Amino acid sequence: MTMKRVALTGNEAMALAMRQAKPDVFIGYPITPASDILSAIAKYVANGEMEAEFMTPESEHSVASALFGASSAGARSFTCTASQGLALMHEVLHIISGARLPIVISSSSRSLSSPINVHGDHADFMDMRDASFIQIFSENSQDSYDNFLQGVKIAESVRLPAIISSDGFITSHNLEPVEVLKDDEAYDFVGEFKPAYSILDIQNPITINPLSLPDSFMEIKKSQSDAMAFAKKEIIKTAKEYQKLSGREYGFFRPYKLKDAEIAIVVMGSTAETAQSVIDELRKKDVKAGILALRVFRPFPYLKIAEALKNCKAICIMDRSDGFSGHGGPLFVETSAALYDLKNKPKIISRIYGLGGREINEEMIKSVFEDIKKLSENKKVERYGYVGLKI
Amino acid sequence: MKKNKYFAGIIKDPGSTLKYKTYVWRDGLKPSWIKKNCTNCLTCFINCPDQAIKVDKDGNMAGHNLDYCKGCGICAQVCPAKPKAIVMKKE
Ligand code: SF4
Ligand code: SF4
Repeated sequence: MTMKRVALTGNEAMALAMRQAKPDVFIGYPITPASDILSAIAKYVANGEMEAEFMTPESEHSVASALFGASSAGARSFTCTASQGLALMHEVLHIISGARLPIVISSSSRSLSSPINVHGDHADFMDMRDASFIQIFSENSQDSYDNFLQGVKIAESVRLPAIISSDGFITSHNLEPVEVLKDDEAYDFVGEFKPAYSILDIQNPITINPLSLPDSFMEIKKSQSDAMAFAKKEIIKTAKEYQKLSGREYGFFRPYKLKDAEIAIVVMGSTAETAQSVIDELRKKDVKAGILALRVFRPFPYLKIAEALKNCKAICIMDRSDGFSGHGGPLFVETSAALYDLKNKPKIISRIYGLGGREINEEMIKSVFEDIKKLSENKKVERYGYVGLKI
Repeated sequence: MKKNKYFAGIIKDPGSTLKYKTYVWRDGLKPSWIKKNCTNCLTCFINCPDQAIKVDKDGNMAGHNLDYCKGCGICAQVCPAKPKAIVMKKE
């Protein structure tokens, strides 16, 4: 194994991983901040560096529908999208996962309208919580590259689709050094796509997506549910294989100084890296603070999260989307459920930050830790609030 | 992972619709034909939404195919014979 170090944006890193995984079909429709992925792929195809059939239909709904057709014909099929584009695909996303087609989407997460805003937050990613996609989030360009290659392997082994996302603009457009595998190494890792079925296999004709009434629908959903639970094993297995190849370690989340932490944040995406320097500063003052940076949102690693946070006194779950439950952000709600079975439950608060690209800086994260500190000392703090608000 | 034959609801055997007896949709009532009242007008045949009225080779009403009758009661409603040649009965 020889690693090459190159400067890539998050989008470029993802496009490179997509090329190396050699899809048979790439179908896309441009949308900020994921358009660069599409243009990179178009360039690869035009230069003869990628053999995929490249299609650009009239909308994201059509993209997802065409992907369904391609994948059910046995083609490794990818797309890239974000925000409204992903939302427009939504109906078809459920059909794709129900048919157990391992299509993989690369995304640069962005807010959802209205009001219209093109910047990064996690609203689009969270909007597909129930779509039965494996959902992986990247902290930086290196993660974007590594997660995409692993995502394809995981999706195809458990026969569920996957989405690999990063923070729109913050990661997607930020040029960073990325260690990349050679083309053949990357492809050997991902392996050849062996479809579960193909509608073009005329020797074995099948009917897909038939009417399924109350006598069979639940059994089909149970098999889908089992596959998502099983994906946890595959995610870890794939991470270990990838580590052998790349030397980089992946799991359900990336802990930072969490082992002995008394107070911690749970966060997803690039903010986890911003928060590391805050932790270093707090540690200098003998405050035992840590981070749980979530990587895998679906399947949600409930037990592992509970295990990792069980010794904390107080935690803030930081969400880059609101979720509008009226109680806390989506990550907060899931993490609360994860902690439910613990004997000594940490105290928890929900903080919403960075919506529509609003800055999240060290000062803001420090203020969050001040709140967690107070909470750990049994002082009253707001349970569900916004960080960096002007009002 | 345990093999589940319900994977994605894929059907491998052609013609499986024949095996699907839609009578399971019936909810307690089924039509009953009273042959002696029947005038063979076939109004029931035209109106049945599930083609569950049997017609013999001479074009005569020949009773119900209860495998596919969903028990809607339309045939009993539209039957013009007096007294009715189709009545709905408890299963
Ligand atoms: S009850 Fe309805 S479905 Fe059954 S035979 Fe009569 S019209 Fe047809
Ligand atoms: S509508 Fe009544 S009378 Fe006419 S064919 Fe049917 S059962 Fe007989």
